[in-house]
Parts: sequence; structure tokens; C-alpha cells
Amino acid sequence: MTLHHLWIVLRAVVMREALRFVHQRERFLAALVRPLVWLLVFAAGFRAALGLSITPPYQTYITYETYIVPGLCGMILLFNGMQSSLSLVYDREMGSMRLLLTAPVPRWWLLFCKLMGSTIISIFQVYTFLFIAWLFDITLPGWGYLTALPALVLAGLMLGTLGLALSSFIKQLENFAGVMNFVIFPMFFLSSALYPLWKMAESSELLHDICAANPFTHAVELIRFALYVDFNPTALLWTLLAAGIFMGLAVWGYDPERGMMTRKR
Amino acid sequence: MSLTVESLSYTYGAKPALEDVSFSVAGGQFAALLGPNGAGKSTVFALATRLFATQSGTVSVAGNDLSASPLKALAALGVVFQQSTLDLDLTVRQNLRYFAALHGLSGRRVDDRIEKVLGQLDMAERAGETVRKLNGGHRRRTEIARALLHEPKVLLLDEPTVGLDAPTREALVAHVHGLCAETGLTVLWTTHLTDEVWDADQVILLHRGRVLADGPCGALRGDATLPAYFAEMTGVDA
Repeated sequence: MTLHHLWIVLRAVVMREALRFVHQRERFLAALVRPLVWLLVFAAGFRAALGLSITPPYQTYITYETYIVPGLCGMILLFNGMQSSLSLVYDREMGSMRLLLTAPVPRWWLLFCKLMGSTIISIFQVYTFLFIAWLFDITLPGWGYLTALPALVLAGLMLGTLGLALSSFIKQLENFAGVMNFVIFPMFFLSSALYPLWKMAESSELLHDICAANPFTHAVELIRFALYVDFNPTALLWTLLAAGIFMGLAVWGYDPERGMMTRKR
Repeated sequence: MSLTVESLSYTYGAKPALEDVSFSVAGGQFAALLGPNGAGKSTVFALATRLFATQSGTVSVAGNDLSASPLKALAALGVVFQQSTLDLDLTVRQNLRYFAALHGLSGRRVDDRIEKVLGQLDMAERAGETVRKLNGGHRRRTEIARALLHEPKVLLLDEPTVGLDAPTREALVAHVHGLCAETGLTVLWTTHLTDEVWDADQVILLHRGRVLADGPCGALRGDATLPAYFAEMTGVDA
């Protein structure tokens, strides 16, 4: 096993994910429509109802549309992370995951390659979303588009590892609906994506605490600060910690000794 | 020996699937792992490809123990799964290139190998077609070509003729026998169909998780036909 071999595998898996993405244009469209509906319809409606005070990283009053942009970037990453977990379950049922797992490459590397492939595609979608938002005059500091990149990569990897971990424990495709109900929606709504946490605290301390512990909140905050050329170390640590835990679970789940391949029968 | 399976036992929960299964296949030999449905063939296959980890017993491929040095063992192994593992939207060549990369092959060498293996399977003129457009027989050949790309010592095929019509099936069986004779490849072919086995082949007869017989097909069946021998040993009509 050489570094060159690992590199060739990474390149091939990422290319395959990209090709698959090109072949599924509807998926790209759906992934874009979702946050755009939130941004252009939902946010417009709520703008008058919600008053936002100035909290970091913002230095001035902002509109609600501006507030939810980082959360919607997170939404794209979250849905894509789950979508790639769906494709893994599908892959496994279709057999192509078997091909991958019988390759003479360490399993953790194969899983990491899958993860990189889906994260790169997610980030491409995030930038397309930001571009459309910009066309609608929802703008960010110029450098923010660049400084957000590492935050997006990290958040994308963290949410991807969550999908990967889940996929190793989902036995069949049909169970995926459960993931939507019990993972995606609670994660999204119990976070700072749509409303600042201090707003949440006004209505319920308990809900506030749940939101504050939600790794998705920290992913969104990491992106929010980075979009404004700022840095949130707490968010970074939480996101890293969550990514580490989820990756550990995924490697454990795909281990032939105890993983899904055995339980599937 | 190219492929050695020793004292392999496996249980799903409390249900035993394999009990003390041992056999070995010499280099260049075509071996049929023959058994009725539910005999444990797929479990042997999953263990030999490391999709499942062995609970007790060992599998070694070209002298490499699958548990101790899995990457070396997997590198010496070509695998054709029962279910297709081709990407339907990609061309034959793109599918093969992807697989080559998983095995660490790249550059000019890959294109040469792809031409060669597709030629061996009479698929050279299909290289640019998307897999979706191929019929079942050609898809299978593509998978076999792909499994040979990295020049494995041992080729494992799990009921590769499922879903194929009789002439295609016959041609495929002949093709793989030819590969053994011409290239010295070792083949383990799992099947429940006796007409896929030739007299010179090694037969490992598996039933209810145990090896009932192991030897050259002609010697095992004696004067009986293989279906009659199969029915006598397993109590199941072939």
C-alpha cells in the first residue's frame, strides 16, 4: 500500500461521485430549490415578525434573510450528508459497496474517500446557492466567500460522517424515512439555523440547551462566523469532536467483525 | 495451493451456516462449489471475500491469510458477485478504470490491460458503450473482465449465470474454463446447476453447511450422471 495508491483511489472515488452527480441533475435542482424556497419565501414572510438584535459576528442590524443564509448553507450540507448515506444504503443493496469493500485498501480510507466525494459536491452546491442569493441582493463580505471554504469543508465532513455512521446501521432502504423524521428535521429545527439561540432561550431554557448541544448548531455557527471573516473556536472544537465521534462509529459499523454486513442477514 | 479454506465454521446468531468446512484448490484448477440453495455457498463466498470476518477457521489466497494480511490476500483475488456491481450510467471502459484505480493501477498500463481483458472476453468492441445498453450476458462478461484486470491469482464467482439464458450460460461456462486452461487462473465457481460442471473440474459438494464430497467430478460421479449423484448425496433434485 503506497501513498500513490491511496491517492489514485481517492481520485477515482471522488470522480465517480462527481459523474454520478452529473447524471442526476434532478438531485442538484432539488438540493438548490429547498434552501432557495426558505430564503426567498419563508424568510420574506418572517422578516417582519422576527426582530434580531446585533450579536456577533454581525456588526449592524441585519435582515432575517441575511441571518438564515449560513443556516441554509448548513441545510445543504446536512441534506447532502444524508443523501449520500442513502446512496450508501442503496449502493450496498445494489452491490457496488461490496466492490469497494473488497478492494485491497484499508476500509477507513475507502470511507474517507466516499466522504470527500460527497463533501466536494455539497460545497459546489453551497456556492451555487450563495451565488443565487447574491443575485437577489443578499450579500456577504467579499472575503467571506473565501474564508467560509474551510468551515464548509469541515461542516460537510462532519455531517457526511454522521450520514456514513447512520448508513452502517440502516439495514434497508425503507428505513431511510425514519432518518428524515428522527435525524434531519430535529437537527435542523433544534439549531441556530433559523433563529438565534437567545431567542430560543426566551421561550424555553430546555430547548435552548438542546440546541446548544446540537452539533449542527456548531457547524452553522462555524460557517456563520467564517462567512463574516471571523472565527468561532467553540464551534470549531464541537464540530471536530462530533466528526471524530461519527467517524469512529462509521468505521466500527463497517468493520467486518461486527458491522452491518453480518447483521444484514 | 492457490485457495485454501480450513475448518471454517460460521453461525448467524444461533443458527449454524457452516460447520468445519475445509477444501483447497490448486493453481490453474476450475473448482465448482456445488450445492442446493441454502447449502452455505454464499456464506463461504462472503467469508472468502472478507465481507464477513471469519468466526473460526482460516481462508488463505495465494499463500496470504485473509485475516492476518487482508490487503495482500484481496489483491490476489478477483471477485464476481451474484448481483451486478457495475455502474449502469458509465461505459464499460469507465467501469473498468474505476476498478483499476481501486487496485492502485493508473496510466497507460491500465488502458493496455483493459484492452487485453476485454479482448479475452470478446468484449473489445463494446468498450465505449454504457453498461445500461448491454444485455445480461455482456454485462457478466464485463464483470469477469473487470475481475481479471489486476491479474489475480484466484477468481471467485458467485452463481454468475443467474438470470442468463441457456446459450449465454453455456458460453460463459466455456469461457471461464478456457481462461483456466490458457492462463493458469484458479477459479472457484459457486453454483447449484450441475450442467455448469465439467468432468475434469474439482467438485466441492456443500450441503447444510458441510462438505459432503471433494474431488474430480468424473471420479466422484463414477458411472452415474452428475445430477443423479447430486440427488443421491443431497436428497435434492439437481
